[in-house]
Amino acid sequence: MSQAIAPSRPASVIEVEDLVSYYGPRQILRGVSLDVIEGEIMVIMGGSGSGKSTLLRHLMALERPSSGTVRLLERDLATLSVRDMNDLRKKIGVAFQGGALFSSMTVGENIMLSLHEHTELDPTTMRIMARLKLEVVDLAGFEDLMPSELSGGMIKRAAMARAIIMDPKILFCDEPSAGLDPVVSSAIDDLILRLRDAVGMTVVVVTHELESAFKIADRITVLDKGEILFIGTVEELRNHPSERIQNLLNRRAEDEVMDADAYLRRLTGIEVSGAASL
Amino acid sequence: MAEQATENPAARFVERIGRGAVRGIEELGACGMLVFETVYWIVSGRRMRQPVRIDAIFVQMMETGIGAIPIVALMAGTIGVMLAIQGIHTLKIFGAETQVTVGIAFSVVREFAPLITGIIVAGRSGSALAARLGTMKINQEIDALHVMGINPVRFLVAPALVAMMVMVPALTLFSDLVGLLAAGLYVGVDLGISLAAYFDRVIEILSVDDLMHGLGKSALFAVLIAVVSVVNGASVSGGAEGVGKVTTRAVVQSISAIVVTDMIFAFLVTR
Ligand SMILES: Nc1ncnc2c1ncn2[C@@H]1O[C@H](COP(=O)(O)OP(=O)(O)O)[C@@H](O)[C@H]1O
Ligand SMILES: [Mg+2]
Repeated sequence: MSQAIAPSRPASVIEVEDLVSYYGPRQILRGVSLDVIEGEIMVIMGGSGSGKSTLLRHLMALERPSSGTVRLLERDLATLSVRDMNDLRKKIGVAFQGGALFSSMTVGENIMLSLHEHTELDPTTMRIMARLKLEVVDLAGFEDLMPSELSGGMIKRAAMARAIIMDPKILFCDEPSAGLDPVVSSAIDDLILRLRDAVGMTVVVVTHELESAFKIADRITVLDKGEILFIGTVEELRNHPSERIQNLLNRRAEDEVMDADAYLRRLTGIEVSGAASL
Repeated sequence: MAEQATENPAARFVERIGRGAVRGIEELGACGMLVFETVYWIVSGRRMRQPVRIDAIFVQMMETGIGAIPIVALMAGTIGVMLAIQGIHTLKIFGAETQVTVGIAFSVVREFAPLITGIIVAGRSGSALAARLGTMKINQEIDALHVMGINPVRFLVAPALVAMMVMVPALTLFSDLVGLLAAGLYVGVDLGISLAAYFDRVIEILSVDDLMHGLGKSALFAVLIAVVSVVNGASVSGGAEGVGKVTTRAVVQSISAIVVTDMIFAFLVTR
């Protein structure tokens, strides 16, 4: 019986189970469970401060969970040795929100760093590989520039090139199109789609841009105040009956109904704490 | 009512001291861990297929060492002359001004050259290191290193520490020479002692022990500067303003650490 199901079921490359996370005393993630299937583009959405970046940091083992497990490519991150973790990290690529290019290195050096550190390739080969990736992100010829000489969109694309230099199995992108004009941001969406289609990369994208999410996502996870509100396809999300989700989609602010007392208390509370911190 | 008014600030004061102490101990612990981790990577990085890169060390050595030469020369020379002036002035009281060389030789080699070199390196390279790490942390460059499987201690801290441990003693040796030379020139002008006679006397007075005392101390200063700067840089929070804060803290703390260590060192060794 299970045999009939097993072959048709695609493998999960990321499995998150009941993930709980704190920053100091503040609980950020409240029991998040999530599967990402090989070759899909999973978009994580949610309002600002809902914990999207924090979830992403857990997926790339930059934070330790308070409880719950994160499994990447069938390895439990909590039990990996330093060496195994390093090997695993060669299979993931990350494009950070601000690019996080090394400001003391040229674009080319940034992109080649992983090759330099993890392979024995000769310099010419490395340079060719870096140029190939720059070609992919439409930045050919910019390898000798410093990151400070690039525009916002170019930085994001260079970061993408650096993220894919080792041909990772999983690519993480935090807000790849935030703060970019629509043309550039749509070009980055196309790039993500191309990467998935060409090499079957699994991509996890954090964004709060609805349009971009609907364009690239196979499935969407909606995060709200550290909890998962919804996981499903774009179609399912569009037709979801929940008012909370429809509010989110239509960018309607929540919690609009608040009694006058609470409102006043909040106002004065903010005022007092503001004065105290000065 | 009045009771509470005096009670409150006092309690707050004690609480602040307590918090400060806890934080201080935490930071000391962090420093210890960092030294341990750095040594670990230097020793076994190759086995982990993550060697500490020689070229990275050289870049740091150039920055820490070569760039500091002019200012170290200026400071060491000035202090040499200052010691000569002071020494001659004091010894004149006893009519023993020709003995000034003894004081100069010991003070420069055992105390002033290591101290001034350490302070200059703390101000130039310690601050640069703290600022660089702080900025990298804020820009998520440290996170980027982690996810690329590149250990930041191995990649950033170890080269800086090794470079400082080589260059601070080298600069100290240089400031020994400059300090002694400058003092010798002043003594020559003031007392009419020839430079050759002066250096003959210096060599006669100084033992290898004295030289090693100064150089050994300066290597210890190098470790202090590197570790204090890295721990401060890595503790950054907030934006550019935070980087400024930790940079200042790094310099103040490493200079304090240097001076206190110098005193302890002098006390232990002269017993
Ligand atoms: N390093 C940190 N220290 C303390 N709190 C943090 C830190 N990073 C994020 N937070 C807090 O965690 C919450 C979630 O942040 P984040 O995951 O960045 O949200 P999002 O990416 O969805 O905007 C926010 O309220 C934020 O203030
Ligand atoms: Mg975010």
